[in-house]
Amino acid sequence: MSISLAVFLVFVAGTFGITYWAAKRSSGASEYFAAGRKIAAWQNGFAVAGDFMSAASFLGLIGLIALQGLDGILYAVGGFVAFVTILLLMAEPLRNLGKYTIGDVLAYRLSPRLVRALAAFSTLTTATFYMIAQMVGAGALVNLLLADSGITYNMAVVGVGALMMIYVVFGGMLATTWVQIVKAMLLSACGVILTVLVLKRFQFHLIDFFAAASQVAYHQKEQLVVRDFLQPGLHYHLPHGPVDLLSLSLMFVFGTAGLPHVLVKFYTVPDAKTARHSVVWAMLIIGGFYVLATVLGLAAAVMIGPDSILARGGTNMAGPRLAQAVGGDLLLAFVSAVAFATILAVVAGLMISASTSFAHDFWTNVIHRGKERTAGESVLVARIAALALGAASVLIATRLGPGSNVIILATFGMVVAASANFPVLALSIYWRRFNTAGAVAGLMVGLLSSLALIVASPNIMGVDAASATGGRHLIQARPWFPYENVGIVSVPLGFLAAVVATWLTKEPTAEAKFDELMVRANTGLGAERAATQCLADH
Amino acid sequence: MSNAAQNKPVPGMNEKDWKAIANSKAFKHLIAIKRTFIVPAFAIFFLNYLALAVLVGYAPKFASTRVIGTVTIAYLFALSQFAVGWLIAALYLLAAAKFDALTADILAHAGELHGGQ
Repeated sequence: MSISLAVFLVFVAGTFGITYWAAKRSSGASEYFAAGRKIAAWQNGFAVAGDFMSAASFLGLIGLIALQGLDGILYAVGGFVAFVTILLLMAEPLRNLGKYTIGDVLAYRLSPRLVRALAAFSTLTTATFYMIAQMVGAGALVNLLLADSGITYNMAVVGVGALMMIYVVFGGMLATTWVQIVKAMLLSACGVILTVLVLKRFQFHLIDFFAAASQVAYHQKEQLVVRDFLQPGLHYHLPHGPVDLLSLSLMFVFGTAGLPHVLVKFYTVPDAKTARHSVVWAMLIIGGFYVLATVLGLAAAVMIGPDSILARGGTNMAGPRLAQAVGGDLLLAFVSAVAFATILAVVAGLMISASTSFAHDFWTNVIHRGKERTAGESVLVARIAALALGAASVLIATRLGPGSNVIILATFGMVVAASANFPVLALSIYWRRFNTAGAVAGLMVGLLSSLALIVASPNIMGVDAASATGGRHLIQARPWFPYENVGIVSVPLGFLAAVVATWLTKEPTAEAKFDELMVRANTGLGAERAATQCLADH
Repeated sequence: MSNAAQNKPVPGMNEKDWKAIANSKAFKHLIAIKRTFIVPAFAIFFLNYLALAVLVGYAPKFASTRVIGTVTIAYLFALSQFAVGWLIAALYLLAAAKFDALTADILAHAGELHGGQ
């Protein structure tokens, strides 16, 4: 048995302990869906970081920087900046207005059944795409890291699916939160240890390290080239580069602020002030890790080299191979185990947000018009939904196989969040005139335009040479849409549709309720309380 | 207790009461000072972030200028985004202490109006 597997099993045993503890404490919907709203600020900060930083932002990012230098570093910045948007515009009003889902915020003053149905659909869409991407990533990782232990891609996907279902079904939000806290701590430790070991190779002379990063030699079209990885232009260059970069930036700055599985974390804290502090904690943890990741990515380019990265294991393995180079097999094992932990924590977060939205928005509020027929029904439905969704994602991920493009799936989730969820949420919180027609139009246009544009973009469409191996384009034709990142069109379209449809219709009840919404959002008057106080209320 | 009941009315509060608070001087003041912080802070952050994409995309030569050793303007500007984010967060925490104090006043006043909840 490899050391990676042993380290990983220790982590899994720990998470089972957490789940058992959480399952014993968990009773009632507020406990199951929102961890009783008793999570402290620093805990939620780590949980948000653990919820948000996926395999893409750990393994993917280091590999991207190792191949694209500064252009890859822009992804590190992008992952961080959205938390400024969340801090200033979303976290506090969301905490005060909602209960379990983003649908709660929309339903506050809009026609509840319609917007909830759409919010549930959009939440399930983003979560499922994200979840499948994570599972494919987990399976592919196992292929590479644990090849000698006899665990196959399919076994890994089923394993991740089963573990995540155990956390969510038995432990609810409380277990999910603590799995995420532990994972974020492990990931941060990983980043610090790796950075120290890397810089030690350069006697902690940063100037020497960056000098090495300014001349990385590798082969491009069979010619040896030497490039400065601190200069832009390795990936994004004219004619489409600048627009593509702006497009990417728009997606990042609004996308994360519309991701349901990130936003629901702010329901787990007692009040808006704690929500605010927890975003700042998350910004410190995520930002700190990404700053270190820029160093690690450059280090992978310098110490392993783009040629070797592409030849053995691909971009996702740049981080683990760097760990092996500076810390030997033990550090490789640790980093690999942390990568699995990362995937598990993110998948659990996605699963709980999706199953909560199904149970709370769709089942209870759309189908049964806000009435629970028997006590505990919504929690039961959420547990069943988690099982069904988990099984479906496992099935799809095993069908897609390890070769499928994880980035497209994950990007789709992010673009839908930026183009459909964010505009509608922000307008419903900040614009008195906003109404149901605007929400429906914004959600539909944002969702459909991002989907259509991704299909027409070079991510899906392209002409491959007959000799090309590996990732071939799904549609063999010249792309209709020239940019890789579609946010520059789909985000404004989402906003525009929401605004135009609002102007074309009138909904006096929605406008009349804006005063109440504004008072509640800003003062917390009438907001959901923490579990103990809640019991006293009834 | 029905866990599903949404937006159950706050005891003792009706539409008129919400409107009264929304139109009160104290609440309007709270919104105004929140706005004077949040709007410029978000605008500065947003434009500064888009400037990174514009600089790197449209002026790659200039962005490649070396400042300290081989470290370029582009890399420093990228790292500065983290610093700007943390700075805005720190300033927001300071400003929010004032928001919280004003909110407490508004809530205390609302409590008096409705028999203290």
